Amino acid sequence: MQQILAKLEAMRGAARLGGGERRIEGQHAKGKLTARERIELLLDRNSFEEWDMFVEHRCADFGMGEQKVPGDGVVIGHGTVNGRLVFIFSQDFTVFGGSLSEAHAEKICKIMDQALRVGAPVIGLNDSGGARIQEGVASLGGYAEVFQRNVLASGVVPQISLIMGPCAGGAVYSPAMTDFIFMVKDSSYMFVTGPDVVKTVTHEIVTAEELGGAVSHTTRSGVADLACENDVEALLQLRRFIDFLPSSNREKPPVRPTADPVDRIEPSLDTLVPVNPNKPYDMKELILKVIDEGDFFEIQSDYARNIIVGFGRMNGTTVGFVANQPMVLAGCLDIQSAIKAARFVRFCDAFNIPIVTFVDVPGFLPGTAQEYGGIIKHGAKLLFAYGEATVPKVTVITRKAYGGAYDVMASKHLRGDVNYAWPSAEIAVMGPKGAVEIIFRGDIGDPAKIEARTEEYRQKFANPFVAGSRGYIDDVILPQGTRRRLCRALAMLKNKQLENPWKKHDNIPL
Amino acid sequence: MFSKILIANRGEIACRVIKTARRMGIKTVAVYSEADANALHVERADEAIAIGPAPSAQSYLVADRIIAACLATGAQAVHPGYGFLSEKAAFCQALANHGIAFIGPDVPAIAAMGDKIESKKLARAAGVSTVPGFLGVIADEGEAVAIARDVGFPVMIKASAGGGGKGMRVAYDEAQVRDGFRSARNEARSSFADDRVFIEKYIEQPRHIEIQILADGQGTTLYLGERECSIQRRHQKVIEEAPSPFLDAATRRAMGEQAVALARAVNYRSAGTVEFIVDARRNFFFLEMNTRLQVEHPVTEMVVGLDLVEQMIRIAAGEKLALRQDDITLSGWAVEARVYAEDPLRGFLPSTGRIARYRPPAEDTAPHGSVRVDTGVFEGGEISMFYDPMIAKLITHGADRDGAILKMRDALDCFEIRGVAHNISFLSALMNHPRFVAGRLTTNFIAEEFPSGFGGVSVDDATRHRLIAVAAATHRRIVERDRQISGQVAGLRSPVASDWVVRIGRINHPVTVGLVDGGAVVTIDAVDGVGPGLAVRSGWEIGDSLWTGTVDGIALSVQIDRLGVGYRLTHGGAQLPVQVLSPAAAVLADLMPVKLPPDMSRFLLSPMPGLLVSLAVAEGAEIKAGQELAVVEAMKMENILRADHDGVVAKIHATTGSSLAVDQAILEFA
Repeated sequence: MQQILAKLEAMRGAARLGGGERRIEGQHAKGKLTARERIELLLDRNSFEEWDMFVEHRCADFGMGEQKVPGDGVVIGHGTVNGRLVFIFSQDFTVFGGSLSEAHAEKICKIMDQALRVGAPVIGLNDSGGARIQEGVASLGGYAEVFQRNVLASGVVPQISLIMGPCAGGAVYSPAMTDFIFMVKDSSYMFVTGPDVVKTVTHEIVTAEELGGAVSHTTRSGVADLACENDVEALLQLRRFIDFLPSSNREKPPVRPTADPVDRIEPSLDTLVPVNPNKPYDMKELILKVIDEGDFFEIQSDYARNIIVGFGRMNGTTVGFVANQPMVLAGCLDIQSAIKAARFVRFCDAFNIPIVTFVDVPGFLPGTAQEYGGIIKHGAKLLFAYGEATVPKVTVITRKAYGGAYDVMASKHLRGDVNYAWPSAEIAVMGPKGAVEIIFRGDIGDPAKIEARTEEYRQKFANPFVAGSRGYIDDVILPQGTRRRLCRALAMLKNKQLENPWKKHDNIPL
Repeated sequence: MFSKILIANRGEIACRVIKTARRMGIKTVAVYSEADANALHVERADEAIAIGPAPSAQSYLVADRIIAACLATGAQAVHPGYGFLSEKAAFCQALANHGIAFIGPDVPAIAAMGDKIESKKLARAAGVSTVPGFLGVIADEGEAVAIARDVGFPVMIKASAGGGGKGMRVAYDEAQVRDGFRSARNEARSSFADDRVFIEKYIEQPRHIEIQILADGQGTTLYLGERECSIQRRHQKVIEEAPSPFLDAATRRAMGEQAVALARAVNYRSAGTVEFIVDARRNFFFLEMNTRLQVEHPVTEMVVGLDLVEQMIRIAAGEKLALRQDDITLSGWAVEARVYAEDPLRGFLPSTGRIARYRPPAEDTAPHGSVRVDTGVFEGGEISMFYDPMIAKLITHGADRDGAILKMRDALDCFEIRGVAHNISFLSALMNHPRFVAGRLTTNFIAEEFPSGFGGVSVDDATRHRLIAVAAATHRRIVERDRQISGQVAGLRSPVASDWVVRIGRINHPVTVGLVDGGAVVTIDAVDGVGPGLAVRSGWEIGDSLWTGTVDGIALSVQIDRLGVGYRLTHGGAQLPVQVLSPAAAVLADLMPVKLPPDMSRFLLSPMPGLLVSLAVAEGAEIKAGQELAVVEAMKMENILRADHDGVVAKIHATTGSSLAVDQAILEFA
């Protein structure tokens, strides 16, 4: 017994060292933490239970038989974040460059299977050079096993990827199928083909950071959701993020006590919408002022900035916010913003998170770039996502709600549960000027007439009352009381039950 | 007494006049430009009349519109506040022609004192001591240089119609005279529509001390003590106080009596201010007389116990002053700090936009416990590019100077403004500056003590320890709350630890946080062992942006903003980025690389939002350090951007006449 315990302790010691002191120092020199250090930062103190510490690879080719490191380059197990269970795998770059062997993949699959059975999130900390080339097709098979589990877990438990080092080639497709990707600036990258291949094929010269760094993916491609300064910040942000999410699709979103009064009045919101309808304002101020404690977790804050998505809490409960941002492209919907918001809406719906939508949208962005890019199909994604969502949907039109974009943005017709409008709301097919130029095409040569007609149209439609008379708007609310009204609406909707017709799955326009 | 008056002004002063009028039972009429339709003064007044577009030259400066507003509303009198039409004799005359009273002095007094040159001649005649200089109108640069040589360098070039530091330049040599003459004249023209300038001897090491006078035009003229306004930046007053820490009773009386003599010489009626420049030997020279209410009048009100606006209204209504000079006593000390929408860390560049958060400190106007906020804005309001960027005046009163300063420090700590840049950190730095505390002031104070601008402040060790304690206690509180989230697995819960590390920048401060009834005890590990426990008490709730409470019995106010996964603490003019980490995380945080911000020195960036008036160079031009590159206009001030090193202009990124965002690249160096 003593002997076995001593051996156990020795094996644990060896496993904890991973690829050894020298490689750990190398990892630190790159500004990166080790797999276990990362887990320690993410989880509650002393909550981590490690599994499969003694797993080794089974490859004997190319001299691999002599090179075995217990754990085989990935640390797996479970622990808690503020007392709530999460499953985690953390790739160890100090062991074979974090490369994925068959055994390595089996470890990841083990916690994914377990997470699915008990209904808890899967967190992946990615730091891997790619496939274990020595294992050949066994490694590829390993990836596919993980991919298949990503697919099955999608919509059942939240899956979150932190890219904290290399993630290239086929390896990118596991994070790509998870719900959220956070990246670390300067020390992580994701791409399907790296700078060398790019140079050979397209003669483009780019660095790994430019091609697939955190900034590229959070500003240009929209692949990643959050760019963090370093490993510590990324892991602490992830802790904060997990507190917003339910553990599985069988649970309601978590509730956290707050001292922020539900009836908090914000008089300054009465002046948020400028008198001039063409002047922009910052929609984020509205979100920050209505949510609990001003604590907003924005997703993709630097990508498709004409729409804002993210999580906040109302009276302690997680709510997903979707809001047009008049500061960027006047808040128009375009391809990127529609995709960004659609994916967010679908995540919320999958995990029972109520959706609050703030609308100030003048329409879809015109132009050949948009049409050739398929705005029809991509815009339909957001429409589809809102239409299929059965979670509580509360909408506030702050200013413009024009044309098809009005329909899209969680309108009454898409089963919006409670649809409010501020007094400044204008719900119409289009802006007064555009409308008049079509209806009174004959008068275009007469500016005085056009102006009079425009004023007439503005009087009639540039207000919430026509929509209100049809019941498309449930009530016109004072901006300063928005928090109170939202909290009340969400409380009323707490036990909302709505089901879509049975189907194998829908056919969203991908 | 009047039953209705109109206030021909905007912002804090309009609100302040309305407040007194209301107390006196007088109805008020506000006037407003298009930019001010939602302004606070409009809301506070009983009635409001629109008087034109945003630029003041088309609204607040148009006498006819004001008069029309009076006639339309039946206002019997006009209080002009300061600035705008407050010292325009023609306006005063026009009011008289319509039988409307002017709450201020009579036309001849305004006319006599409104012209800096004429007023100086008058002052000399009345036996008031004056600064040597040339009191004529100067035709061109050549004449300016000749006069400057005559008076002797250094000289001050001033706009005849000037005020508020606009159109003022100091010149130490002939080149500076030429430069200064030109720019003073341009500024005078654009700000006052009057481009006359004059030149006088520039007194070095000067203090600016002014005498408040009050005259009823019926035989009584009083001086209400002095105000010292030496803390100025570019001739713009920043801090004022009453009394002055420099004057003795004899000098005070001599200055007061000369001020009264001057007022009598022009048959002055109403409140007015005689400004003096005082040198190191307490010689004082007449500077100018302001025939209106001063911005800084509240400090006098606080120490004298009079409402100057009320006195002005009573006098304008024909009442006699019920006071004699013997009745005027100075009680305690008052300090005023001007809160501006300008960024001290960016060379005090003006800031405009929506005020997303505005929470001034609570007013406490009880005798001897006073905090007063004269404000013209509100949360959700806007700082417009069209007017003076003053947000508010913060005034505190104490039994003595130290007491007033102490109160000011705490009031500044509590003053929350977000959305626009503001100078509160700079005001705090001034209030904590040893030389200010010692009262060794001159008008060069800011230039001397902040020679390369304001770079922020650091806190002393005792304060840092208190802030560490606040951060640790609030973080523990937040973590305890976070642990109450639903959905926890009963068997897996672990208690909240009490050992933490408060990380400020990259410095770790290990602490132990113990919870006790009604607060926490924070023990900061010292290098040589464990320090004493600091008891932290506060009614702070999670989400509150202002933390007030005590640390080790010492009262403290700290602003707490979320900053990613950490916090930003604002206190005493300092802003500390703070993270509270587990001890293990703190060790790992030390391993994280230091990232330097990208190098922008190759670019000339617009330091403020504004208009690119001119570009002095073209692409390919060789430039020398100090050479003018571009002129950006903001807030009616022309700012000349100069090269800070030799080089070559590689590329021009902005065109003349375009509007610039802050930090927008204007041109790029090779």
